[in-house]
Amino acid sequence: MSADVADWTTGTPALLYQRCRSCSSVWYFRRGFCPSCGAADVEALPSKGRGVVHAATLVCRPATAEARAHVPFMIALIDLAEGIRVMAHGDRDLKIGDAVSLRFEKFIDRIVPYFGKSP
Amino acid sequence: MSFITGVGLTSYGRHDGRSTVDLMSMAAEAALADAGLVRRDIDGVLCGYSTTMPHLMLATVFAEHFGLQPSYAHAVQVGGATGLAMAMLAHELVDAGVVRNVLVVAGENRLTGQTRDAAVQALAQVGHPDYEVPLGPTIPAYYGLVASRYMHEFGINEPDLAELAVLMRHNATTHPGAQFHEPITVADVMASRAIATPLKLLDCCPVSDGGAAFVVSRDPTSERRVRVRGAGQAHTHQHATAAPSLTHFGAAPSFARARQASGVAVSDLTYAGVYDSFTITLAILLEELGLAKRGEACARARNGDFSRDGALPLNTHGGLLSYGHCGSGGALAHLVETQLQMTGRAGNRQVSDAPIALLHGDGGVMSSHVSMILERVR
Repeated sequence: MSADVADWTTGTPALLYQRCRSCSSVWYFRRGFCPSCGAADVEALPSKGRGVVHAATLVCRPATAEARAHVPFMIALIDLAEGIRVMAHGDRDLKIGDAVSLRFEKFIDRIVPYFGKSP
Repeated sequence: MSFITGVGLTSYGRHDGRSTVDLMSMAAEAALADAGLVRRDIDGVLCGYSTTMPHLMLATVFAEHFGLQPSYAHAVQVGGATGLAMAMLAHELVDAGVVRNVLVVAGENRLTGQTRDAAVQALAQVGHPDYEVPLGPTIPAYYGLVASRYMHEFGINEPDLAELAVLMRHNATTHPGAQFHEPITVADVMASRAIATPLKLLDCCPVSDGGAAFVVSRDPTSERRVRVRGAGQAHTHQHATAAPSLTHFGAAPSFARARQASGVAVSDLTYAGVYDSFTITLAILLEELGLAKRGEACARARNGDFSRDGALPLNTHGGLLSYGHCGSGGALAHLVETQLQMTGRAGNRQVSDAPIALLHGDGGVMSSHVSMILERVR
């Protein structure tokens, strides 16, 4: 894969994951090889953004002065339908087991993945 | 074979004007004196890291400052597991005949050497720089995520967790070196302000200044003989997002390796020093290690089973939650206290008898685990 994949980490409203064309493993944190089998033949795919809340915490004490204006904000781990787990922001009342869908919201000076409860 | 021949511990809390190497030196001097050794006896140095004094070569900075010219020296970085990782490495080095006396030392002016915001921000950097840190999490947030899932799975509630904070504070009230001496109740923990749900202020360890050290030797230097009987590690992930599970962690395989190396069973244990960065950390580790059944650690604490006169005394100095947490030295206080308990030198905190003890440390977000079994020999 190329190093300049456009996703939310570089300011593009998309959440990408990777898949190994050799062993079919999927994972989230991008790298140029498969962490399961070592093959270099990997592809980046966009998530459709549907998932379930696996864990959730409402952050009340921020890490930085810039984040202070946003507290309290929800950080959650979301299990996406594609088989990967991602960390994201979300509705303040998210609960474990909630079905959620992805959008992107501004946080401080960038966009971050944000999950709201699916209608 | 290797012996923990001497231990040294400063008070934790505020040490205004003291630097990282000052605190390391205070603890090292105490550990050498306790071992009955002098500087020229030390041929190995292992040290932790310091967020207030980041350096490429902290072990040699310290050795030069303290007045040592060891034949083996370097720093070790495994987050909260650093202390026990150093203890394990010191044991392996001595056991392999590489060195005779290893000084293991860590310290930091984490409280007074920087602003609280700087400390919180520095620690949050254990998150993934691209996929986690931009979301603004803190260490309590990572552990809040873990807590939410673990409590959901095993039916633990917030007042349950508070029991562990109450126990650690109770223990700290009997140690003059502890950062906190005011007793607290479950209601106090519940009323403390939210940090990252379900964790509240009193579920979290404080930021402290302090230093801790010990000497691992090939030969006993006194009649106080505490030997390292075996140790093990497990490293399952670094980042919370990449954890294989939020209900089963590396503590179990780490301890299984330590049990295999030592031949010791859970039923042999008479004292435990277990990492307690947050109440949830301690609850999970007690259960992962098999010291309590899943979901029952807090109830066992409420029942007094982990009290000084209980079935398995735990962190009698007050742990990270109430003795304090100065970074890589934080969990070394657990080891120091364990050695004091095993050698009958814990004063008013002394347990009835502690011939075999378990130590367990965790670094990152339940990422890196080190377990160690100590045994008193006559």
